[in-house]
Amino acid sequence: MSTSAHSVVEPSGRTKAIAGSLVIAYALITMLPLVWIFLTALKTPPDSISYPPKIVFTPSLEGFCNLFTTRSRQTEDYIKSLPPASGTCEEIARARNMVIAGPSNYVPRFWNSVVIAFGSTFFAVALGTMAAYGFSRFRVPLADDLLFFILSTRMMPPIAVAIPIYLMYRELGLSDTKFGMILLYTAVNVSLAVWLLKGFIDEIPREYEEAAMIDGYTRLQAFRKVVLPQAATGIAATAIFCMIFAWNEYAFAVLLTSGEAQTAPPFIPIIIGEGGQDWPAVAAGTAIFLVPIVVFTVLLRKHLLRGITFGAVRK
Amino acid sequence: MSPPIIDRAAASTPPALARHIRGLSDRAIAWLFIAPTIVLLLAINIFPLIWTIRLSFTNFRANRTNAPVRDVGIDNYVSILTDPEVWQPMQATAHFVIWTILIQTVLGFSLAWAIDRKFRGHGFWTTVILVPMMLSPAVVGNFWRFLFQPQIGLFNYGISAVTGVPPSSFEMLGTVALAPWAIVIVDTWMWTPYVILICLAGLRSIPDYIYEAAEVDRASPWRQFWTITLPMALPFIMLAVLFRGIENFKMFDMVNLLTSGGPGSTTEVASITLKREAFEKWRTGYSSAFAIILFVTVFGLANIYVKALNRVKSR
Repeated sequence: MSTSAHSVVEPSGRTKAIAGSLVIAYALITMLPLVWIFLTALKTPPDSISYPPKIVFTPSLEGFCNLFTTRSRQTEDYIKSLPPASGTCEEIARARNMVIAGPSNYVPRFWNSVVIAFGSTFFAVALGTMAAYGFSRFRVPLADDLLFFILSTRMMPPIAVAIPIYLMYRELGLSDTKFGMILLYTAVNVSLAVWLLKGFIDEIPREYEEAAMIDGYTRLQAFRKVVLPQAATGIAATAIFCMIFAWNEYAFAVLLTSGEAQTAPPFIPIIIGEGGQDWPAVAAGTAIFLVPIVVFTVLLRKHLLRGITFGAVRK
Repeated sequence: MSPPIIDRAAASTPPALARHIRGLSDRAIAWLFIAPTIVLLLAINIFPLIWTIRLSFTNFRANRTNAPVRDVGIDNYVSILTDPEVWQPMQATAHFVIWTILIQTVLGFSLAWAIDRKFRGHGFWTTVILVPMMLSPAVVGNFWRFLFQPQIGLFNYGISAVTGVPPSSFEMLGTVALAPWAIVIVDTWMWTPYVILICLAGLRSIPDYIYEAAEVDRASPWRQFWTITLPMALPFIMLAVLFRGIENFKMFDMVNLLTSGGPGSTTEVASITLKREAFEKWRTGYSSAFAIILFVTVFGLANIYVKALNRVKSR
């Protein structure tokens, strides 16, 4: 968090101790569900549903194996007749009287998340940077109204626009395609990108471009060679926010995709094992999916406030 | 920007490029930069919204494209607004929005206040606390479903360890009295960090000299809190409430994963009803009208609220 030189009339040692223990206690409670998911990912299915919950257990890769494969049940005699298992996952499956039938859909779904998140981020940031520069540097008629319009597109419940988008995509052949999802997420993210980047670009003094233009640059050259490098940090932060949104999005994904373009969030909850949900596999899928976000959070902590408030609050 | 500078800039660019660029006035660049974003938003947001309005006056069903579509005037609106069952999701949504905001604001502000005491390591613990809000609500909903499992869940185990109530005697997600609170708990876990962050920015925006002056006047800490801290942080708190309110009004992901609206219809918030009407019963016209009513409600409430917020800010 920010370490700005802000000092309230210095709080007493006792106040600090109370405040500190309050925050740390809350942080630990907050972390518990996450730690539990990471632990569950390393359990066997029986361990994951034992009661009382097992804190000490023998780690197993079964969750990850089950996440990445589909398996079929076989008779014991058949399994005995097979050649020796080739690899850990095969061994684990055979111990449960199963053989690996093939890969699961997790990798393609995860890959869809990657492609859609990167694609939509690229377009949203590119369009957003241009529009933000336009709003920041030129007198645009009705600028305030346009900016409010851009913001207000975020107020709509996704389900409300999902109906016509579903119909429109069906007509245009964009249903359940990665391109369709990229286009949609670009539209959702561009509002955030414009607002955030306008704040960042507003902070770059106009004099820099004016000086560059006096030196013989055209407006576009000044934009490319002076403004873009100055705005690089802001652009990077905006890109990560857009990426996180697209990575986490669920409502549109579950309504508009069914197979080809399905991302990980709608897929993870439907991982079913024998006798119901395969919790270690679900936990493994969740854990893999969460890691990039946890890393991004740490990277973003300086810009977090801006990003979640559309730049309405700056620090 | 005065014209002579532009002329000079254009004159010193390479001739081929200059001929190309000289035509681009600042005004043209502004439009060129802003137009793509506006066009995209018109195509993916406004066009669908208009289509939704159009559909809301028909009896169209998206799964029967060949059936004749009839104009039904305001019938859809009338039947929604007069149907007592529609008040159930509206009530569920309101209940959910009010409680989450109330709890999260009190908890979030208290924790922000504690973090602002600058105890040792506050930066690290704040970053830890912020992780949940960066995650996917769908994935969060899914893993909390695991924690809430009546026989095996960590949550039940924890509660029964503290209170002594047998863990099998309460089923968070399956009991009419408990399910709405289960959702409030998860939402609080996930979004309190958001309120903390905004409140923290509010607390840090209060200049030190005000406290120093209060100290000189020998105002008690309690008095300082009520006359300085709270009023000066209020616009920020209200902003947090606005953003959370809009988001929770649209809430879909988490509820869909945790309870899908059940048991019965106790947790059926507006978005869940909308999804059921639109994508399960395929009453496209009816659900379009419902979507419009929702949108107008959020938009109206948000506007009234922003007026109040501006009054507080200008005070």
